Amino acid sequence: MFDPHLVKKDFPILSRVIENKPLVYLDSASTSQKPQSVIDAITNYYANSNANIHRGVYTIAQEADAAYEATRESVKTFINAKSTEEIIFTRNTTEGINLVAYTWAEQNIHEGDIIIVSALEHHSNLIPWQQVAIKKNARLEVIPLSRNPETPYLLDMEWLKKYLTENKSVKLIAITHASNVTGTINPIKEIASLAHSLGSAKILIDGAQSAAHLPIDVQDFDCDFFAFSSHKMLGPTGVGILYGKKNLLEEMPPFLFGGDMIREVHQRDATWNDLPWKFEAGTQNIADVIAFKEAITYLTNLGMENVRQHDQKLIGYARAKLENIKNLKLHIPKNDTDMTGVISFAISGIHPHDIAEIFNSENVCIRGGNHCAKPLMESISVPATARISFSVYNTEEDIDIAIEAIMKAKKIFNIS
Amino acid sequence: MDLYAENILDHFQNPRNHGRLDKPTITVDDANPLCGDKLVLDLTVENSHIKEIGFDGSGCAISQAAMSILTEEILHKSLTDAESFSKDELYKLLGVAISPARVKCALLGYTLLKKAIILLKHQAQ
Repeated sequence: MFDPHLVKKDFPILSRVIENKPLVYLDSASTSQKPQSVIDAITNYYANSNANIHRGVYTIAQEADAAYEATRESVKTFINAKSTEEIIFTRNTTEGINLVAYTWAEQNIHEGDIIIVSALEHHSNLIPWQQVAIKKNARLEVIPLSRNPETPYLLDMEWLKKYLTENKSVKLIAITHASNVTGTINPIKEIASLAHSLGSAKILIDGAQSAAHLPIDVQDFDCDFFAFSSHKMLGPTGVGILYGKKNLLEEMPPFLFGGDMIREVHQRDATWNDLPWKFEAGTQNIADVIAFKEAITYLTNLGMENVRQHDQKLIGYARAKLENIKNLKLHIPKNDTDMTGVISFAISGIHPHDIAEIFNSENVCIRGGNHCAKPLMESISVPATARISFSVYNTEEDIDIAIEAIMKAKKIFNIS
Repeated sequence: MDLYAENILDHFQNPRNHGRLDKPTITVDDANPLCGDKLVLDLTVENSHIKEIGFDGSGCAISQAAMSILTEEILHKSLTDAESFSKDELYKLLGVAISPARVKCALLGYTLLKKAIILLKHQAQ
């Protein structure tokens, strides 16, 4: 294990004090803070090696090129992909998912086919599939939440088994690894195995909420696609990663057309570059990709097993405190092990937006709202939730301050 | 904290003109998709004056209190007066500083009222 108090010191923003109150950041599910090493890497690239990649013969261009591709190598190791050909840089998770929707789904989803998503999806892994279904006259099905009171906020796996057994035209299961609202970790390895054994469906994982919290092994999961974002895992914004199995990526047409993604170009036609560059058209977000390597290094040095343990410790600590607060309802699974460090809650008589506002008066950053998961809000029958979420720099003291903010909110609204 | 002044909390927890009307001349509704504030507003109009007003809704204290305060203000007013009622006048009635992030909450009821008046004018034509 590591000491989060020491980790905190590596993140300059966390030493900010506003109106005499230290900044307490509990919104890492939205975006994480960045360690000094990531910030320095951005500056260093622009100060010393700024040049376009895959083109120049001069020294700084070669440096930029090597640094950019070194991040790809780091990502490959971090998620245990077979090869760097399977690692595509995008802008964010959403773009990775759209890439698959516009290319693979364009070729492989036909009228009458079925796409399955889950009740826990962020809009980013729902709307693209709604659009594919509309365009292709395909059907969109939703794995519901379990109705068993013993397993709240977990998916109904029996429903999925039954559905896959009875319906043979399921072509894709697009599912989040971990919910950005309830923290629920979905059994994606089991779902991938069901998808592949009960039919021929492919599985796409939205890893936006899991990559910074859980060890990721795409070969072990046996997933076909895995999309995630740098900015939620201590890296810069503007960098997403799409992993895809090589044989699938090879068959897929390009997503965006233009420079760098081509092999041969004639006046009236062209052929495509090798993987992964076939999917990286135009000048890329070079500085941020290069700096992202430092984020991976930071997490790897902490050790993802340790990161997971730290997350579990904070969940347990927060749950014990929150459960004792009157008129507060938690919207999370019963077992800490079923979730990542994302805790949604509601207080009767105070709207989540007001809770977040009062937290802000204590310089504590949390989110109140529907968290880009409106259908999920309907499933759990709330208009919105307040959400605290953790990262490696959060401490038990941060949670104590959050609890005080909850008490302050209850006092202002005169709630017992 | 200033935002949750007595006035705001009072209107949030004891909203005036709360509840739907039986036979409204017009009904309008709207929601803030980001935070989930919802409001529905009923008006009955006689001789170009707002005779009755009622609303229902759910959401943050600012959105609900601002609606309640607004209904008190415009009840029995002429449509012309209600139409010329400005945002600044509403902010003055709220009496608290509204940060940019909360403007949409504060103005949800206000935009509903304006929508109702535009629709009433169309009906009249």
